[in-house]
Amino acid sequence: MDNLLAARSTMAITLGFHIILACIGMTMPFLMVISHWIWIRKKKKIYLDLTKTWSRGVAIFFAIGAVSGTALSFELGLLWPGFMKYAGPIIGMPFSWEGTAFFVEAICIGLFLYGWKKLSPYIHWISGLLVGVSGILSGIFVVSANAWMNAPAGFDWINGQAYNIRPFEAMFNPAWISESLHMSIAALEATSFGVAGIHAILLLKKHNYEIHKKAVIIALSFGSIFAVLQPLSGDHSAKDIAVRQPEKLAAVEGLFQTQKNAPLTIGGIPDAQNQETHLGIKIPGLLSFLAFGDFDAEVKGLNEFPPENRPPVVIVHIAFQVMVACGFFLAAVGIIFWLMRWKWKEHLFSKWFLYLAAISTPLGFLAVEAGWTVTEVGRQPWIIYNFIKTADSVTPVPGQIFHLSVFVIIYLILTIVAIWLMKRQIRALNESQEEEVD
Amino acid sequence: MLSIVIIFLLISVYLYCLLGGADFGAGIIELFTGKTKKERVKDLVTNAMAPIWEANHMWVIITVVILFMAFPGIYTQVSISLYIPLIILLIGVVLRGTAFTFRHYDAVHDHSQVIYSRIFAVSSLLVSFFFGLIIGALVSGKITVNPTSYFEGYLHPWINLFSISTGIFICSLFAFIASVFLVSESTDQDTRELLVKQAKLNTAIMVLSGAMVFIFSFIEGVDFAQRFFRHPASIAAIILATIALPFLWRILNKGLIWTSRIIAGAQLFFILAAFYFIYFPEVILLKEGSNISLYNAAAPDSTLKVLGWALIIGSFIIFPTLFYLFKVFKIDRSSP
Repeated sequence: MDNLLAARSTMAITLGFHIILACIGMTMPFLMVISHWIWIRKKKKIYLDLTKTWSRGVAIFFAIGAVSGTALSFELGLLWPGFMKYAGPIIGMPFSWEGTAFFVEAICIGLFLYGWKKLSPYIHWISGLLVGVSGILSGIFVVSANAWMNAPAGFDWINGQAYNIRPFEAMFNPAWISESLHMSIAALEATSFGVAGIHAILLLKKHNYEIHKKAVIIALSFGSIFAVLQPLSGDHSAKDIAVRQPEKLAAVEGLFQTQKNAPLTIGGIPDAQNQETHLGIKIPGLLSFLAFGDFDAEVKGLNEFPPENRPPVVIVHIAFQVMVACGFFLAAVGIIFWLMRWKWKEHLFSKWFLYLAAISTPLGFLAVEAGWTVTEVGRQPWIIYNFIKTADSVTPVPGQIFHLSVFVIIYLILTIVAIWLMKRQIRALNESQEEEVD
Repeated sequence: MLSIVIIFLLISVYLYCLLGGADFGAGIIELFTGKTKKERVKDLVTNAMAPIWEANHMWVIITVVILFMAFPGIYTQVSISLYIPLIILLIGVVLRGTAFTFRHYDAVHDHSQVIYSRIFAVSSLLVSFFFGLIIGALVSGKITVNPTSYFEGYLHPWINLFSISTGIFICSLFAFIASVFLVSESTDQDTRELLVKQAKLNTAIMVLSGAMVFIFSFIEGVDFAQRFFRHPASIAAIILATIALPFLWRILNKGLIWTSRIIAGAQLFFILAAFYFIYFPEVILLKEGSNISLYNAAAPDSTLKVLGWALIIGSFIIFPTLFYLFKVFKIDRSSP
């Protein structure tokens, strides 16, 4: 494995690991404060138990997320010094705001977790809410930095140097709204369905406690809103990419030839050698319509771009299909959930619906990973789109394969331990609920 | 605006050494506590640190963000030349943070507690050592922008006696800060005595490793000692840090919580101030004889301006909330 590929893999692993924790950190505090609010208002002990249960999850995942995030802030320079040299001064501003938001999050999490007896109920509740709000804000800031890599703005590029830096223009680049909207919704959706799914699995395993039912209702009520909104935000992103990064859209769709009335390809395997996408269902004109609002609009194919500037089409196309499939599945589950709550309330916890919720557990996170694959791999070979190539910014330090191996091992162990820890937490929760039933 | 950014950078470094240092030092103390008292020290560390440790470590994020936005030349050169110690530092940061949390939040208290504790304590020492080593490496004059071999480029800057002695110095400094901090968190006499003993032991190690830093700087051809004696302000700062010690002992024995903490914080301040007087504005001394400084590596004005304002506005948000956090958990001790 050469240095570049090893460095890219290390980045992918560190980001792929951190993004899951970031999603949980952005969302679980909201679920926690909803339950906490009901407890403050109704004083039913079950909601206090649920709040405390979820807050332990927040504590564990926030801590892993905070350290993996700290690692990331160094990794950017360790792996891509040729990128940070230019990017730091231009796009550092959202990072400085992210630092502030992250700081507030860390302070508030301390207040919430340990403030049960020390703070008045409403201050305590607000500190919990601020954990979620600052989590979402730091997510938005970081994603706007990534958006800048896709839509560079706020500098003049003269002879391989950046001049006349305008940090505000860089932060509020053309892609920041579509990317940060899509990511924030994704985080809220993925985590809510993940949480609901775990409680659904427990119900299916005959841990028939009221607390799991309440948890499913809170998490799905919250998450389903975002599951329904997400396709709209996705449509917005696609229209944005169609104009700004046509080669990314072409890779996403496995579209090799520029054409009018371009079809939308569902599924299928792109074949870069023969310049066509095999199998898959092709719906004529739909891609043109989705991208430009006109069935006869011309959509650029990969043939418009020199081969060395084309993103790896197979990975991007497949990742996109996975993301969209997961997204629509969750949206459907969300709609079914509201139908059930509205019309067939008594069947809400019937087995088939719990199975649907259980299947949804990993799908949101899978969609997040697949979505980031589309964004990042779809931008290749560039690290700053149309300005600097990834290969030119990689660290000169040899032996990246060791770095990769060490981080793979550490993150693998951490994942296993975190899951094991969750299982122990859940077992303890079930035992405490059993005692109460007795 | 450059000076405002530099002031925030210095404040962040100081607070990271103070608050993060107390946290790392707590792990080191746990590591070197005998078996019989380990459990008690562990509970003390957990209770003292749990609500505030996340916030304490945010200062390193602020430091890194200031470095890569305002001084990209420093950030990228450090990332390349000190790549290996930084990776080890990161592994330590990840392991100790997760081990500390897992230890606290594991629903079942069984043998795994011992493993979490071991990882937490060992990685605390590891991170402190490599943190100090990196600081030493920056000014060792062995970092080069055009390495001719792997050893010269990526190993020699940090594998040398000078950097190793700064690593040891920082370990004892952090353990010293932690023991002063923890003394007043403890309620039983036994543990207090243990911690006062630790504080004294770490002072001794600090003095010894401090002497080593000077001796090794001669051996390794690092111009640290010469520079130090050229700066009366640095000498004065070190003298102040030293003469504060006897006062600290008296106060520690009397049990004046905040006075002892403030004195220890001031001592750290003097030590960092000595370093500042010697090197400011230089940060990386290069083998080539030149340096990368806060002036020659600074980002353009437009960048510094937005960063400066972000830091000013951010500090109006962070400092009051941080103060509130400390007030709730560290100042108002009336409720359990």
